[in-house]
Amino acid sequence: MNPARKRTVRLVVALSVAVVLASALIYTSFSAASPALTPSQLVHEAQPGRSYELTGTVLAHSVSRDGDVLNFSVADRATGATGAAVPVAYTGTVPDPFKEGREVIVTVEKQGGEYVGERNSLITKCPSKYKETPASEKQSS
Amino acid sequence: MALLGRICLLLALAVCAYGIGASIYGVRTGRWEWAVSGRRSVYALAGILTVGFVILEVAFLRDDFAFNAVADTSSRTTPTFYKAAAVWSSQEGSLLLWAWLMSLWSSLALFLTRRRIRDVAAYATAIMLGFGGFFISLMVFYAQPFATTSPTPSEGVGLDPLLRFPTMMIHPPMLYSGYTLCTIPLAFGMGALLARRVDAEWIRVIRRFAFGAWFFLGIGILLGARWSYSELGWGGYWGWDAVENAALLPWLTGTAFLHSLMIQEKRGMLKVWNVSLVLATGTLAIMGTFLVRSGVLNSIHAFGGQTLGVPFVVLIAVLIAGSIYLVITRREMLHTEHRIDSLLSREAAFLANNLVLVALVFVILWGTYFPLISEALTGQEASVGPPWFDRYTVPLALILVLLSGIGPVIAWRRATLANARRNFLVPIGLALATLVVLLAAGVPVKPFALAMFCCAAFVFGSISQEFFRGMRARSAMAGEAPPTALVALVRRNRRRYGGYIVHIGIAVLFVGVAASTSFQHESELGLSPGQSSRVGAYTIKYVRSTASVTPDYDSSSTQGGRELSAIIRAEPGVTLGPDTARTGATLSLGAVLDVSKHGRHVTTLYPSEGFYASEEPTQGSVGHLIGGQPVSHVAIDAGVTRDVWTAIAPNIETPQLKRIVTLGNRTLPYAHPGEGMVAIAALAAAYMKSPPQAQFHLIASPLVMWIWIGGLIVVGGALIAIWPAPSVVRHRVRARSRARAEQGLASA
Repeated sequence: MNPARKRTVRLVVALSVAVVLASALIYTSFSAASPALTPSQLVHEAQPGRSYELTGTVLAHSVSRDGDVLNFSVADRATGATGAAVPVAYTGTVPDPFKEGREVIVTVEKQGGEYVGERNSLITKCPSKYKETPASEKQSS
Repeated sequence: MALLGRICLLLALAVCAYGIGASIYGVRTGRWEWAVSGRRSVYALAGILTVGFVILEVAFLRDDFAFNAVADTSSRTTPTFYKAAAVWSSQEGSLLLWAWLMSLWSSLALFLTRRRIRDVAAYATAIMLGFGGFFISLMVFYAQPFATTSPTPSEGVGLDPLLRFPTMMIHPPMLYSGYTLCTIPLAFGMGALLARRVDAEWIRVIRRFAFGAWFFLGIGILLGARWSYSELGWGGYWGWDAVENAALLPWLTGTAFLHSLMIQEKRGMLKVWNVSLVLATGTLAIMGTFLVRSGVLNSIHAFGGQTLGVPFVVLIAVLIAGSIYLVITRREMLHTEHRIDSLLSREAAFLANNLVLVALVFVILWGTYFPLISEALTGQEASVGPPWFDRYTVPLALILVLLSGIGPVIAWRRATLANARRNFLVPIGLALATLVVLLAAGVPVKPFALAMFCCAAFVFGSISQEFFRGMRARSAMAGEAPPTALVALVRRNRRRYGGYIVHIGIAVLFVGVAASTSFQHESELGLSPGQSSRVGAYTIKYVRSTASVTPDYDSSSTQGGRELSAIIRAEPGVTLGPDTARTGATLSLGAVLDVSKHGRHVTTLYPSEGFYASEEPTQGSVGHLIGGQPVSHVAIDAGVTRDVWTAIAPNIETPQLKRIVTLGNRTLPYAHPGEGMVAIAALAAAYMKSPPQAQFHLIASPLVMWIWIGGLIVVGGALIAIWPAPSVVRHRVRARSRARAEQGLASA
């Protein structure tokens, strides 16, 4: 084989390996990903054994502790208390800003009628107090 | 003053526009005085933005709440140290910091290159001013740092308590220095392609700036990890959060570039690759700024959703399209001078290192932007978690550490078997010995952690061997004592040996990461005083609760303040502030924890949680004093072999404590926070009298300290490498004396 041909072959092999690896990566990212759902979507779509990323606000008067388990309900951000609420049983680190009425993101899995939070998956979004003024106000100023 | 600030911004925008025009006109027509004028407009921009930044900083220090930025992120009760740092916690202030730092670093870069590659520098000037103009336009049209409200609010919201941490003062400027320095190689790289001058000269010019970008970004990332570990109540230092990833990506491509650069310098290879890495690093830095500032992705650092998304997307699209266009149209000029001779050579090792780094970049980039990708492709927003990242990054990190031991010792061009045996016998022996010792010592078999320890031992062996051989050779040739020879060796080859020290530091850092993630013990539970829990080998006992109340910062200077202090002090068990972390918490409740191992006392820890005042009247006259976001003040017993990390979340929502707040809200006026403080003191006293069960988060993790030590070694090695070598100074002196001699000859 002449050197030029050898180089081409080598390049093609290297590129194919890269493509295969990249496809594996992309494929696993889709299968490992947890879809982000609101409580009302979750109630309709959740299948047991699959994990979902639940986003919404913590319902008022829903937080209680039972040993290491933190129980709370998450409601749709827009409708708040009136919409669907999902009860979550969560263990693990609770971020400081966690509070009733705060916006949270938690990875959950349906087990029976209950939603179990994945350990240490609870994230609290910045409380409104520290948020920037809404975009609409900002633009007009 | 706000008016002056706004004038500064408009002036800065005008200077950018002029400078871009002048530089491009100068380089196109060959009228270099215009290019010089363009360069000077960068200096002018730096001057104007310095004035603007000082105006904003002074407004923060003087509590000038007429400025929206000040009222939104600072307050009278915010400690002065944090008032100064609050400038860059606001969206507007951080954009100003970005533009200001960019103008300073660009000025430095252009000043140092004022007598070299003037055509490339002229294009680079235009590109730098383009970035400046972009950020200044954002501040003129979108997030205005000098926007004011009238009437002036009497008090501001205060700095987010989570950001009240000492490194807040230096972490953002470091990170932003890194980001802005990344754009300088990008500007010169594009300049070189535009000017069609892709020789080694521009690489030599930007080398130091690329290194600086890598250095500052690295420090910024490290400080961020440190903040996460000791301020956020979760006890980790890295969570694959979007904002963390955003800073890591340009750092990784920068690392790749610093390595492949050496191959271009030595062998004239990888030119396309290098210029692509430079362009990618700059683009990733801009993307990082965009990610942090636009709030498009969920992050614990969600700094607020804003309307900056569209302009940034346009800028990034222009950068990517421009980069691709330039590289493709100039590819003929970038042909390589040599080929790789063998897969067993330093070139191949460096190439492998580059491929691994780029693979890491691809993995992290994909994972970080996955929510956007997934939404675009499937219409369903989804995200990948830390396990997905770990699955790919852990093996890649292992290979990377291994390569950092192979690269420095393998021969250039083609390594022979004899040569390989000579270089790798000691490192491989050391790695195997480490494995045997670890297994014999009964370390649990966690394959990845053990592999990382062996790789680190390999790196340590190969690099120590390099130092030893160099020292021995020099000692023999120059007849110096070995320690003198070692110092002289490093001094004469700063870049090489500084780089080796960086490799050692990275290996040490990864040992810390591997040990602390694989062999960590963690417990999360509720305890009442007197109860204890086991974490790993440690028994942690909740001895008693603590409470401290801090009325205001100048409570002792007025009559009312002194009386108030006397009342608070009289409450049993309650201490009068300042709170332990001195961050302005009104109330802090904590615990005294006794840590013991096998019945022997180890240390006493005092974790606490700070409750901060909010500005929400709806929470009531007492409620608002502690109604802000509570923040953990974790207590760590840091040690060489292990850290014991503790955090507490006290419960102040018990009926008894709630009653005090409700009663106070009803009876005490909102306008006199001093009286409200008496109710807080009563609450603290009630808490101390019968402390309710508190939630604890306890972690015992080994070798965490080595992450920070490794980081310091990296910084030290980088400083050695970046310092101007004595040979350069000598060279300049020699050049000057030669010039003088030539002059003498000519006149003679």
